[in-house]
Amino acid sequence: MTSGRTLLDKLWAAHEIVLRDDGASLLWVDRHLVHEGSHHAFGKLADREIAVAEPDLTFAVVDHYAPTRHRERISNPQIRYMIETLRKNASKHHLKLFDLDDPRQGIVHVVGPEQGLTLPGLLINCGDSHTSTHGAFGALAFGIGATEVAHVLATQTIWQKKPAVMRIWIDGQLGPGVSAKDIALNWIAALGADGARGHAIEYGGSAIRNLTMEGRMTLCNLSIEGGARFGLIAPDRTTFDYLKGRPFAPTGSQWEAAVEAWTGLRTDDDARFDQEVRLNGSDIAPTVTWGTSPEQAIPVTAAIPDPKLLVNGKARSVEDALEYMKLPAGRPIEGTPIDQVFVGSCTNGRIEDLRVAAAVLAGRKAKVPGLVSPGSAQVKTQAEQEGLDKVFIDAGLEWASPGCSMCVGMNGDLVQPGKRCASSTNRNFRGRQGPGSLTHLMSPAMVAAAAVTGEITDVRPLLKGRLA
Amino acid sequence: MTFGWTQHEGHAIALPAHNVDTDQLIPSRFMSTPRDEGYGKFLLHDLRRDADGNEHKHFPLNRFRNASILVTGRNFGSGSSREAAVYALVDAGIRAVLAPSFGDIFSSNAINNGMLPAQISPEDHITLLSLLDDTSMLAQICLEKNHISIGDCSIAFELDPTWRTKLINGWDDIDLTMQHGEDIKNHKKNLEQSAPWALPAANRQRS
Repeated sequence: MTSGRTLLDKLWAAHEIVLRDDGASLLWVDRHLVHEGSHHAFGKLADREIAVAEPDLTFAVVDHYAPTRHRERISNPQIRYMIETLRKNASKHHLKLFDLDDPRQGIVHVVGPEQGLTLPGLLINCGDSHTSTHGAFGALAFGIGATEVAHVLATQTIWQKKPAVMRIWIDGQLGPGVSAKDIALNWIAALGADGARGHAIEYGGSAIRNLTMEGRMTLCNLSIEGGARFGLIAPDRTTFDYLKGRPFAPTGSQWEAAVEAWTGLRTDDDARFDQEVRLNGSDIAPTVTWGTSPEQAIPVTAAIPDPKLLVNGKARSVEDALEYMKLPAGRPIEGTPIDQVFVGSCTNGRIEDLRVAAAVLAGRKAKVPGLVSPGSAQVKTQAEQEGLDKVFIDAGLEWASPGCSMCVGMNGDLVQPGKRCASSTNRNFRGRQGPGSLTHLMSPAMVAAAAVTGEITDVRPLLKGRLA
Repeated sequence: MTFGWTQHEGHAIALPAHNVDTDQLIPSRFMSTPRDEGYGKFLLHDLRRDADGNEHKHFPLNRFRNASILVTGRNFGSGSSREAAVYALVDAGIRAVLAPSFGDIFSSNAINNGMLPAQISPEDHITLLSLLDDTSMLAQICLEKNHISIGDCSIAFELDPTWRTKLINGWDDIDLTMQHGEDIKNHKKNLEQSAPWALPAANRQRS
C-alpha cells in the first residue's frame, strides 16, 4: 500500500533534476538571495572565471553590515569594504541590488516576502541559516554555506539529500501576549537545539492556521535553532492575501494559475511523517531564555534551573551557561535586571512585531536604553505612517534604519561586555551580540515589557486593554 | 578546491562542551577577512583568550598546538551557516571532529572543505572524553572503514555514504554538476512552460 505524499515530497519532486544512485538529488533553485557575507562565494567564482548562471533569479541585499545610523558616510573601513564588495559583485554579474538607499532595502528574509520574491512552491537558497523563514509560504527554503552559494551562483542548482520530516502540530488558542516566538522557544526547549536535526519541520494545527504571515515567518525562521534546516507551512488564503499585488508576485492570469497550483501544496491526509510532535497552544506562556543556547528557555513565570538538581551531563552545561550569564541558580527569571533592549532582526523585525511592542510602550517610559531597528525600509515607512516611531522615541528608545543590526553585531551595533540585553532576536549564543554580551531571547512584546520595568517581566498585565 | 583522503593519523584532544556554535568557532567580527590571510588564528577566539587577547593556558587548543582531531559535545557547529567556522578549523590544522551530533549546515560545509564530521555514539563520546581527559593522544582515522583508533580504544563512526565518497575523492560539485548541463536546461525550459508564475514578475525591470 502506498501512502500519501507530504508537502516536502511534493516540493522536492517538483525541483528534482537528477536523482543519483546514492540518494543525492540535484535540485533547481528558483530564487537565490545574496548579501555582503557572500563575498567568499563570489571569490570562488572569480578564481574559476565563472559567471552567474541566472542573474535574473539572483537578488542581492545589503543587510548584515548595513549601518543603522549615519549610513550616508560609513567611517568603519571594514564595513565600507564589505558593502563595496557586494556592489562590485552585483554590478559585475548584473544582479539586482537592494542597496542602502533603496526604499526596498532591509533584512533579506524580510525583503524577499515583502517584494513577492518569496512564493509558495519555490526553492529558495541564501547563504544564511535563517533562510528557513521563507518556508512559511510553503516554499522549500534552506540556508547554505559559501561553497554551496558558489555552486548555486554557477549552476542555479544544489545537491541535497532529502531530509526526514517532523510534523509539529499545535492546536488550541494562544493566550493574549503569547506569540509565534513563544511557540518556537517552547518546542526548542522541549526537543533540544538539535531536536530536529536532519529533519524538515512541517507546522500544522489550528494555532498555526490562526497565525498571520508575520507569525508564521517568525516560527519558520526559528526552525534552525531547533536544528531543522527547513521549516514549512502549507499555503492558504492567509498566504495568498499577503502576496497578492507584491511587486515580484505573478499578476493577472498567471496569478490565477499560481493560486491553483499553490492550493495543491499540502500534505495528503494519509501521508506519514518520520516524527510527530503535538503541543497545545493554550499551555504556552511568554517564554524567555536564561542561558547560552535557544534550548535554555523557560516560561517567564518559572525559576532559573539549579544544576544541583540535575543529573548526568546536564548539570555541567547549566553551570557553564549560568556562569557566563552571571545568573544565580534557582531564582525566578522574572525580576532579572537588564541594561538595554533591542527590537528587530529577521525573526521579529516586521510591522506586527513593532505594533505589539508599541502597544506595550505607548504612554510609558523605558527605564533602560534601547534600539529599535525595523526589518526593512518598507516596515520603517509603514511604522512611521502609523506613528509607532513616536511611541518608541517618546518612551526613550532609539529609532534606527533597517538591517541585521544588534542581532549579529557585524554593523557596529553591539552589546558591550557584561551588559544584559532583552532581545527580540534568534540567538543567545556567547558573544553573539558582541564579546561578553548577555542575551535573553524573548518576543517583541516581552522586550517592550522589559524596557518599561528595567527587568525581565511578564508582559501580560502590561498588555491588558491594549490589544486590538 | 580540496584533496581527497582515506586515512589520517594525528593528535586528538577533547573539548567537552555541548552546543559549540559557529559564532563561537569564529566570532562575526573576523568574517570580513580575505580567505588567503588564513582563518586559523580566529578559531574559538573568544574562548581561547581573555578580553585583552591573552591566551588561557589551560584551554586544550592552547596546550596541544599540533592537534588535528577534536572530540567534542553534541550539536557541534550549530547556528549560523558561516563556512568561515570550517575555514577556522581547517586553517588551524583540524582534519576531523568527533561528536554525538552536528549542525546540518556545518556538516555540509565541513565536507566541502575536506574535513570529517564523524558522528559517534553518546557512549563512545563519554569513553573518549575520559581517555583524553587532560591529555592528547595519537589517533588513526580510516574513512573506508568508518573507524577510528585512539590508544587501545577502537570505535566506529557514522558518516553519510555520499559524504564519505566525496571526502575520499575530493570531488568538486561544480565540475560534477556541469556534466548535467542538458538536464538543467531542460528543467528550466519545462518550468517556463508549465509554471511561468515561478519566474519573478518584475525581473526585467532593472532599477
